Amino acid sequence: MTALLRILLIALLGLASGSLAQAHPHVWVTMQTELVYAPDGSITGIRHAWSFDDMFSTFATQGMESKEKGKFTREELAPLAKVNVESLKEYGYFTFATADGTKAELTDPASGYWLDYKDEVLTLNFVLPFKTPVKAKELKIEIYDPTIFVDFSFAKEKPVQLAGAPQCKLDVMLPREMTFAEGKALSQIPADQKNTTMAWGAQFASKILVHCP
Amino acid sequence: MSVASRTRIARGVLLSASILFVLVIVDAAVAQPFGINRGAQPPEIGGFAGWILAKQAEFYRMLSGLVRAAKADGRAAYTLLGVSFLYGVFHAAGPGHGKAVISSYLVANDETWRRGIVLSFASAILQAMTAIAVVGVAAALLGATAKAMGNTVRVIEIVSYALILLIGLRLFWVKGRAFLQSLGLKERAHAHDHAHEHAHDHHHHHHDHDHDHGASAWSHGHAPEPSELAGAHWLRRGLTAIIAVGLRPCSGAIIVLVFALAQGLFWIGVASTFVMGLGTAITVAAIATLAVGARGLAGRLAKAKPGVGVIVLRGLETAAALVIVVFGAALLTGYLASERLMGV
Repeated sequence: MTALLRILLIALLGLASGSLAQAHPHVWVTMQTELVYAPDGSITGIRHAWSFDDMFSTFATQGMESKEKGKFTREELAPLAKVNVESLKEYGYFTFATADGTKAELTDPASGYWLDYKDEVLTLNFVLPFKTPVKAKELKIEIYDPTIFVDFSFAKEKPVQLAGAPQCKLDVMLPREMTFAEGKALSQIPADQKNTTMAWGAQFASKILVHCP
Repeated sequence: MSVASRTRIARGVLLSASILFVLVIVDAAVAQPFGINRGAQPPEIGGFAGWILAKQAEFYRMLSGLVRAAKADGRAAYTLLGVSFLYGVFHAAGPGHGKAVISSYLVANDETWRRGIVLSFASAILQAMTAIAVVGVAAALLGATAKAMGNTVRVIEIVSYALILLIGLRLFWVKGRAFLQSLGLKERAHAHDHAHEHAHDHHHHHHDHDHDHGASAWSHGHAPEPSELAGAHWLRRGLTAIIAVGLRPCSGAIIVLVFALAQGLFWIGVASTFVMGLGTAITVAAIATLAVGARGLAGRLAKAKPGVGVIVLRGLETAAALVIVVFGAALLTGYLASERLMGV
């Protein structure tokens, strides 16, 4: 009888858990982030520049009209930028800020956001303002998609910058160290791929830590 | 009431309770990860699941480079097909390829593993064809935008999820009634006394009454036999399951197809999509075969425990049907997002 029950349990849980494996990235984002400070040393906003991978960029621009084939101007991309930013709202812009241990609220980006198309890659530029500017000894900003549909990683060059907080110390925590096997696999990926970080996201959020006196 | 029959009833009650317990666990497991608290730490993903995710991400990221390479050098197309296949194998381990629905369907209907393999391959091929149709017609012919394609996919999704829910409800109705009847048999043992004595006395001279009745419940059953659903028309019945699972195209395939189209290599994208489908079919078929095997083992063990055994089997089938219902409902209400095409 116990054997029977065990099989029943395994079969059912197997069915459930098998399909509970989380989603998987179909969009890769390479980030450059700037933390914007007011003169009084409080942070007012987070300026993101998110570059999408080439496949998603091609997909997103499919069927869009442009004057010059294969090139899109900011104006031509404006409707897409609007859809992008508006649909990011539902996911809290994948950006989560904590000031001295308490959650700091971010609000929707002001209208000054735009998309660029360069080297067949779309880059979304937007600023996430804090609801109220915060002064914090320790500020933590995490960027991740809990459902790992979107994979976020920092750019190799200028991943994070502080705009106007000379007294603060910045730490960027990359998702995690790569294992040897992954490193080996990575080395086999063609060199023309821009973002080659394979971190599967959620578990190892890209983290920014700012310590101020 | 004899001691023997009392323990038997106690066992039956215990068993039903265990089945309910399992259902609660399954339900909780389905509910929790998707009721995501956005601000909270994400769930840990490591070990085997993490490895699968890493692999499929790795293969997926190789695809765009290989499509570009195929443009310059035709031989790279073979590598592309190889990677597409591997991507399919690993990708199907994630959600959205009907492993749960197909496996539950097979368990509930007591289908054979051969049928499971046929269903898995048929649904994967259909899935590849929907992706090709959506991109081929919408993007290649009509020049539709990603948003328009996303909307098309969304409509297809709703139809597919509704079908899954309907299949689940129908199975739950049939199997649930059979389960209740198998439970009811216990209580009605005395009322049926005579009929069964007549029918089985000569077969089971040396058995006591209780056992006798249990044996008859197994072989004659007042419940509809599994063959009612798994008979000669299994493929026609299975067709609903194939369509329900295979209708919804895979986002990954759509993105790869659009990318190949933009590179002027649509046919390479089509080939890649079919090979991907082959890969997903193998994974889904393997998991479905495991489910069928577990069901078969449970069936054999149940035969050794007449009476209670039939309750366990009917309970298992009912639970499998319920899994389909839960999935269909969760997918349809958007509670469980299998894949999404974000922000386009």
